[in-house]
Amino acid sequence: MRIQTRYLVAIFSLLAFAYFYSRDGLVTTSVVYTAIQFALPLALAAMVGVMCERTGVVNIGIEGTMLISAFSAFFIGAIVQDTVIGLVTGIATGMVVGLLLALMSVSWKMDQIIAGVIINIMAAGLTSFLYSQNYSIPSTLSPIDIPIIGTWPIIGPIISFHGPITYFGILFIIGLWVALYKTPWGLRSRAVGEHPSSADTAGVSVIKLRYLNVTLAGAVGGLAGSYLALEAVGIFERGFTAGKGFTALAIMIFGRWNPLGAFAAAIFFGLAQAVTNQLMIDEVVQIPQQFINMLPYVLTIAILAISAGKVRPPAAEGIPYEKEKA
Amino acid sequence: MKSQKSSSLLLGPFLIPVLSVIVALAIGGILVYMQGSNPLLAYRVLFTTAFGSLDGIATTLAKATPLVLSGLAVAICLRAGLFNIGAQGQLISGALASAWAGYNFVGLPMFVHIPLALLFGAFFGALVALIAGVLKAYRGVHEVITTIMLNSIVIALADYLASTPFKEPDQPLTRTPKIEDSARIPDVFGLPLGFFIAVIVSYIFWWILKNTTTGFRIETNGRNKNAGWYAGISIKRVIILSMLLGGAVAGVAGAIETLSIVGRFEPAFNAGLGFDGITVALLARANPLGVIPAAIVIGGMRASGSTVQFEAGVAPEIVDLLLALILFFVTAPLLAKFFRKKSEEVAVASGWGK
Repeated sequence: MRIQTRYLVAIFSLLAFAYFYSRDGLVTTSVVYTAIQFALPLALAAMVGVMCERTGVVNIGIEGTMLISAFSAFFIGAIVQDTVIGLVTGIATGMVVGLLLALMSVSWKMDQIIAGVIINIMAAGLTSFLYSQNYSIPSTLSPIDIPIIGTWPIIGPIISFHGPITYFGILFIIGLWVALYKTPWGLRSRAVGEHPSSADTAGVSVIKLRYLNVTLAGAVGGLAGSYLALEAVGIFERGFTAGKGFTALAIMIFGRWNPLGAFAAAIFFGLAQAVTNQLMIDEVVQIPQQFINMLPYVLTIAILAISAGKVRPPAAEGIPYEKEKA
Repeated sequence: MKSQKSSSLLLGPFLIPVLSVIVALAIGGILVYMQGSNPLLAYRVLFTTAFGSLDGIATTLAKATPLVLSGLAVAICLRAGLFNIGAQGQLISGALASAWAGYNFVGLPMFVHIPLALLFGAFFGALVALIAGVLKAYRGVHEVITTIMLNSIVIALADYLASTPFKEPDQPLTRTPKIEDSARIPDVFGLPLGFFIAVIVSYIFWWILKNTTTGFRIETNGRNKNAGWYAGISIKRVIILSMLLGGAVAGVAGAIETLSIVGRFEPAFNAGLGFDGITVALLARANPLGVIPAAIVIGGMRASGSTVQFEAGVAPEIVDLLLALILFFVTAPLLAKFFRKKSEEVAVASGWGK
């Protein structure tokens, strides 16, 4: 999105919101509330992409990371009957997957696209083999009623009463933006993603930083998976992530590899889905369910087709670093 | 892939894939053991069901048929430097189109009806792949994402078509009417004819890659885009052509499945065939002829999955797990390094751009 279009979209959204709010306040705020819930896992998954790609590692295995983390979060949570322990397990699982990706793409210098696809297929195979019914977690992570703000009109019903991962996730996204642009870690990461040999000359360990970031990104992927299993729905099924990890990549590109940009893009996706759902409930439009299910995928392709030529990915992305080459 | 002397040709392409299968079976065995079942029994059942009798072999070959073709769909694109994860969607599109051609045209003789239905499958498979090809060639959108998104779109669309406009009348199920008898692919000597079609197609692809300018263009583009560009090869055309070929052959995979096994389009019947194609292609090192043995191994596993559950008490998803492990070991340079052999590179364009 160019800056001008960005403002246009923002102004248009506000006007649309004001119009719908004047017609029916309750429904409008609940649509936006739902949009945040749709957007959050996508936004977190997009952060995985941002963290990896900014240091020059393509991560196409986000889908698998989320799937296997959701799996372990749910089943460990169900076995020990403690949702919080499930959450910790989910995040740890994500880290392990991140480490595996780092191993394959940084140390073994495998083709990063193939490495990611392997993670996805392994996650699908492992979770469907180990899956079993008759398990349930004691409860989903309970929503938090924010004091004071929760009682405000308009903002209150939108912002308040989300689950803990949602609030943490939003804070994390803002924190990642600050870290990426205002701290030495961020500067080094971006340098490694753009021109690793220069970064190396300046004393930054390319390999170590890529390992660190890809592993941390894995933890974020684990958080996104745990959100789906423990906060959003409280169940696990085979193929549970339904392509969200890939949509997240489109969101990352749409947001120009910028955490806040990607967050805005995720909100846009969430809104599109929430509005469509509401239109279905109100029976304003009669669309077969299959077409509703298609919406995020079609949007992903459309957005990539529009933005792909206009945005510039990190320059060193996808290329294993070899010291001698410098 | 470098052209090697005949002696190393025997070892080179086979050593790593065979080892991968063995190591995957070993690790899978440990997991089965941890689940409280006997892995040796499970594997014995797996093997005897798949290859122990003539009936078993026929079933294995029938299962292998769509895998040869979907493996080919992935392999031909890998040769061009493209990673086609969309064989699943292309296959479903072809399966539905051929079913439509199978029940909609009445009174055609068999030798017209079967090729026509196969052609429908090829065309609609290619159509789905074309979207990804055009977006890659002209907009630089990475084919991995578009093909995966197209998979989901095609699955939803096919589900809609089979449940509404093309639905079998007076039936609660989501499926099309049965195809005409004239569109049914017969068995020959108890073996599925479709398998022989698949083998012939593999051979044709191998021949095209080896002996034609088109094949040369595809391979050059896959090895080094810049070299291809300097040699005056249009990268855009190569991308679109390879995606079209891959999509068409995946579509034929779906068509054969419809015309010889399922007999109609029913969404649940084609699940996973396209994804297994990825494993087949990588196991075969993207070699059009290597796809055949790779597909037979995996087809055998698929054919005996449910028997393994029945006789050894292991969940049939063990096959998914084994395939994932095979895929890991065949692509990760672990085994190759262990044997001090430089692994053959299967080049895929990394990164999002260009």
